Amino acid sequence: MSIFEQLANRDQVFEFLTPAASPVDVRHGPILYMEDVSVSFDGFKAINSLNLTIDDGELRCIIGPNGAGKTTMMDIITGKTRPDTGSVWFGSRHNLLRMNEPDIATLGIGRKFQKPTVFEALTVFENLELAMAADKRILPTLTAIMTAEYRDRIDEILEMIGLQALRDKPAGILSHGQKQWLEIGMLLMQKPRLLLVDEPVAGMTEQEMERTAELLTSLAGKQSVVVVEHDMGFVRSIARKVTVLHQGSVLAEGTMDQVSNDPDVIKVYLGEEA
Amino acid sequence: MATSQTWLLRPFQERSTQLFLGVLFAAMVVVTFLHLFMPEDSALHVSAYTVTLLGKYLCYALLAVAVDLVWGYLGILSLGHGAFFALGGYAMGMYLMRQIGDRGVYGDPVLPDFMVFLNWQELPWYWQGFDMAWFAFIMVLLAPGLLALVFGFLAFRSRVTGVYLSIITQALTFALMLAFFRNEMGFGGNNGLTDFKDILGFDLRSDATRLGLFLATGIALAVGYVVCRAIVTSKLGRVSVACRDAEARTRFLGYRVERVQLFVFVVSAMLAGVAGALYVPQVGIINPSEFSPLFSIEIVVWVALGGRATLYGAVIGALLVNYAKTVFTGIMPDAWLFALGALFVLVTVFLPKGIAGLLQKRRQKDDDQPGAQEATA
Repeated sequence: MSIFEQLANRDQVFEFLTPAASPVDVRHGPILYMEDVSVSFDGFKAINSLNLTIDDGELRCIIGPNGAGKTTMMDIITGKTRPDTGSVWFGSRHNLLRMNEPDIATLGIGRKFQKPTVFEALTVFENLELAMAADKRILPTLTAIMTAEYRDRIDEILEMIGLQALRDKPAGILSHGQKQWLEIGMLLMQKPRLLLVDEPVAGMTEQEMERTAELLTSLAGKQSVVVVEHDMGFVRSIARKVTVLHQGSVLAEGTMDQVSNDPDVIKVYLGEEA
Repeated sequence: MATSQTWLLRPFQERSTQLFLGVLFAAMVVVTFLHLFMPEDSALHVSAYTVTLLGKYLCYALLAVAVDLVWGYLGILSLGHGAFFALGGYAMGMYLMRQIGDRGVYGDPVLPDFMVFLNWQELPWYWQGFDMAWFAFIMVLLAPGLLALVFGFLAFRSRVTGVYLSIITQALTFALMLAFFRNEMGFGGNNGLTDFKDILGFDLRSDATRLGLFLATGIALAVGYVVCRAIVTSKLGRVSVACRDAEARTRFLGYRVERVQLFVFVVSAMLAGVAGALYVPQVGIINPSEFSPLFSIEIVVWVALGGRATLYGAVIGALLVNYAKTVFTGIMPDAWLFALGALFVLVTVFLPKGIAGLLQKRRQKDDDQPGAQEATA
């Protein structure tokens, strides 16, 4: 389509007219909208015409066998991987495929990695400080001042994730579960609209898992949360709606009971012969 | 905890910075006193030669601080910082050349000797303005800064990191060396720029000017140190460390990693340029050998020896290694490179955190068991 045709097309708002910093528009319901997204790596279709809609304030669990494309899906949403085809919208105003990682993060999508990634050389407090929603350009960061208000916000999150005692310890000494929490805390500091949480309870004890479940369910409503998890018990304890991915596309969607009785899902999880 | 509101003043509240500045200024005062007021036959007299030698060490120390800023705190192992040092040096050298005026061998009032020798009729455009000190001093910052900006923009935008980046910084300085060797470049080719007479109207061969240059270098080191310290103690400093340790995570927090890298890299290059500019009048020559890849690697060895990510470690490393170099090359010149290599291997194996790491460990031990020490005393 030539530029003139695009300009003559009056039923849409042009991309260049919508500033990147404009608020997320969720009046139509969904906060995340993926349509017909495909991506392949060296011929292997990691994501195959995937359609997925997450409503504002929803807590969604995504399950699926290894290689189902869960992590690739998160990479696409956060701008790390560009899909070959399809569209990804945040609210009804922001085309995520046009944005880079920092812009997407600033817009309000926070991501927790599969392997807990915190800044090990920095203290727990500093980790949260860096994650805090703020002006993240160079000079404002250089001249940033730690105000009492910021400190209170960090302390509030510290309490929520139960790491007050380790406030000034380097994050490198934390246990695996504590790192997972710190990373969730960092996500919360970003004040995101949408949290993408990749395997939050890997390596956690039973009690830690329960607390994580509580934390995530308490977030839903205020924020939208997408949880990718292998642990079925954990998914059952938090999920209202579950999406099953298989070979890069949605296999089934519904409540945990509906999904676990779905013949296709049973087939995928128990093997072809079942 | 009293934290200053201004980022630039924050370092002054740190004990390590106060200690560093205290030691540096005390050393400057002592050297000045011993040079000026001790009789020349006294064992305590510091000769003008030694003053200049110390000034040279301080230039290296500033250069090491610049490298530590990018390597220690940002994780960018630059094997080409000699290039920024040399560019600053050339900018200063061009100023000093223009100051010679008609006192050169050929007596041309405008053209430096080497241009007359090459039969050039007029001054190339890029030599214009270097007769003015202010212009030259701005170029001391601008030339390395611009090179770092362009180079860094291209490298960081393409997310070149780690060993690949180290290799292209090495290639950068090597390419510049080859370019500056060429006579047609108009920077004196192989011989570089030399035979300087005076700086800002002061005779470069007089003892007073040499002392002045030494003191100016000390002040430059102090300022450079404080600027680096201010950056690393700011939130931006913590973001740099974050980029160093987990680049992808930093990006997902909303920071533009490549801009952080570019900013710190350019600041570091400018500091290296200042070090080079102060180096040239003290050693009296600048030639393409400063661009040699080997020199850039040596700088990294100083920092590694002193201890990364401390800044003062870089200063200690630069001073110690260069003092050792002076002593060693005096006794057995051929053995120096072997000694440096051996030192590097020993430090990496036994002191992975360098000399600064050793100091920190000792201090921690003192803090941990104050009672134990009293008991043994």
